[in-house]
Amino acid sequence: MSALTLPAPLPWRRMAWVTWRHHRLALAAVAALLGALSGYLWPAGLQLHHAYAAATACHPASSVACQTMMENFDGSYSSPAQTIVALLHVVPALIGAFAGAPVLARELETGTFRYAWTLGFGRWRWTLAKLVPLAIVVTAAAGVFSLLFSWYFQPFFAEGSRIPLDPELFGLRGVAFAAWTLAAFAMGALAGMVIRRVVPAIAVTLAVYAGLVLGTTLYLQQHYATPVITSKLAVPAAAWIMTQWWTRGGITVSQGTMNQVIQSTFERIAPVVHSRAEKARVVTVDLPQYLTQHGYAQWTRYQPGSRFWPFQWIEGGWLLALSVLLIGATVWLVRRRAA
Amino acid sequence: MSMNIIEASGLGKRYGGAWALRDCTLEVPAGHVTALVGPNGAGKSTLLNLAVGLTEPSAGGVMVLGGRPAGSPAALDGIAFVAQDTPLYKNLSAADMMHLTRNLTRHFDQHYAQTRLHELGIPLKGKAGKLSGGQQAQLALTLALARHPMLLVLDEPVAMLDPIARHDFMATVLAAAGDGVSVLLSSHVLTELERVASYLVLLSRGQVRLAGTVDDLLASHRQAGLEELALAYLRENPAGVTK
Repeated sequence: MSALTLPAPLPWRRMAWVTWRHHRLALAAVAALLGALSGYLWPAGLQLHHAYAAATACHPASSVACQTMMENFDGSYSSPAQTIVALLHVVPALIGAFAGAPVLARELETGTFRYAWTLGFGRWRWTLAKLVPLAIVVTAAAGVFSLLFSWYFQPFFAEGSRIPLDPELFGLRGVAFAAWTLAAFAMGALAGMVIRRVVPAIAVTLAVYAGLVLGTTLYLQQHYATPVITSKLAVPAAAWIMTQWWTRGGITVSQGTMNQVIQSTFERIAPVVHSRAEKARVVTVDLPQYLTQHGYAQWTRYQPGSRFWPFQWIEGGWLLALSVLLIGATVWLVRRRAA
Repeated sequence: MSMNIIEASGLGKRYGGAWALRDCTLEVPAGHVTALVGPNGAGKSTLLNLAVGLTEPSAGGVMVLGGRPAGSPAALDGIAFVAQDTPLYKNLSAADMMHLTRNLTRHFDQHYAQTRLHELGIPLKGKAGKLSGGQQAQLALTLALARHPMLLVLDEPVAMLDPIARHDFMATVLAAAGDGVSVLLSSHVLTELERVASYLVLLSRGQVRLAGTVDDLLASHRQAGLEELALAYLRENPAGVTK
């Protein structure tokens, strides 16, 4: 018995049925969730695009009738779109927590890992053979779904009422939505391995995910590239404006302070208009224009709209790296610390 | 063939600050039904988990099946493990469990498994969690034996079973042993081991107190039976049992 010939490892494909059999319910739930949302988005999107096409086809565009049509479009479609946007922010977290956390936590909680990990397939290979295909499937599903959402939301960008770099929308489009879903799944898997119980692992995944999203949108996204600073009054349309301030001489005044000064000055000097004839004589000035002509400068720090895709790749890239790291850590833990 | 199914040298496992198993040096030869006995918390499950590779030792090492490192693919191929409380996938059917086991092991005798389950009257369809405790234990044992292991490891296999199920289960284990499978089973209930064990390892407080063939031990300690032997030993060495 001393001559040990190392047997070739069992082929990976042996895990395909096992992974499917164990996680088909979770995958069905993911499909049902995305399916239900698509079932709403598709008809709603058709209606939205139709209404927008009608509003933009109106001629002449500056006429009262056309303006009203556009206002009606905004009035009746922007609020449901807002609800959908809010809902979609929860979707990656739900997929990650409910598909990712139980993969290891359920085995450890019920003790079945003692069976699965002593069967000869090898426990780290078993873990990898479950996590990688599941991660790919949920990520791909999220990616396809976010294409549908992008299409649905397009009219609001075309109209100019929303910009793609808006932090509220950025994570739902491009590659970001799929990347966030992947990251949530990887977090769930690791939380399940560390905590070893399904429900607490789900709760922790949701909490950590929320924290990471918040931190990213509040602090990280604006630093993906050095912002552009301009003293031009006309900032490009799709720009994501971060801050604005005024200077004159060596003095800097924030936009807020400036607004207060302007407000109080107007209250003091605003002419009281009694009649239509009087109103006709009142000269209106473009205030920023006026101020810049008198030695003030308005500064704007912003991210140009053209940076949408570079930012998408940056966010997708670091989330992918994070996910690989988390799944790697999970597999490492499975190898290291079992019963 | 004089192979050792377990060879532990200086083996130890620590959880936090407490040693669950300490300084365990042990050789268990093949061809026996080996009973691993001792009070609750003596370290029986820890030793078994180390032997099947589920736990990494904190000290020393353990080889199985004649020099294969515990937990290595070569070791896992030759060992079938039935853990405490027979943790089956409760929502899988017996047929699913067979399919799963066949996929994840090198050898699986589907014909044996099906025939055996048929004899036992265990339905192939329907969730395993719905089976009686005795049937679940028999299902787990059937899946283990269908792998034709060199070593069958059972952790407290009958603790949860009623007397009839207990008897039937042990009869299956004995039949397997008769076919040449080495068996290592742990229990804190000594009576059920009387009939089956031919080799004994007595653990208490994380240390091996006695090890040897049952015949030798009975002869050298002048005791009539296994239970008397173990009880007498534990009484004579109270340091080994009292906290």
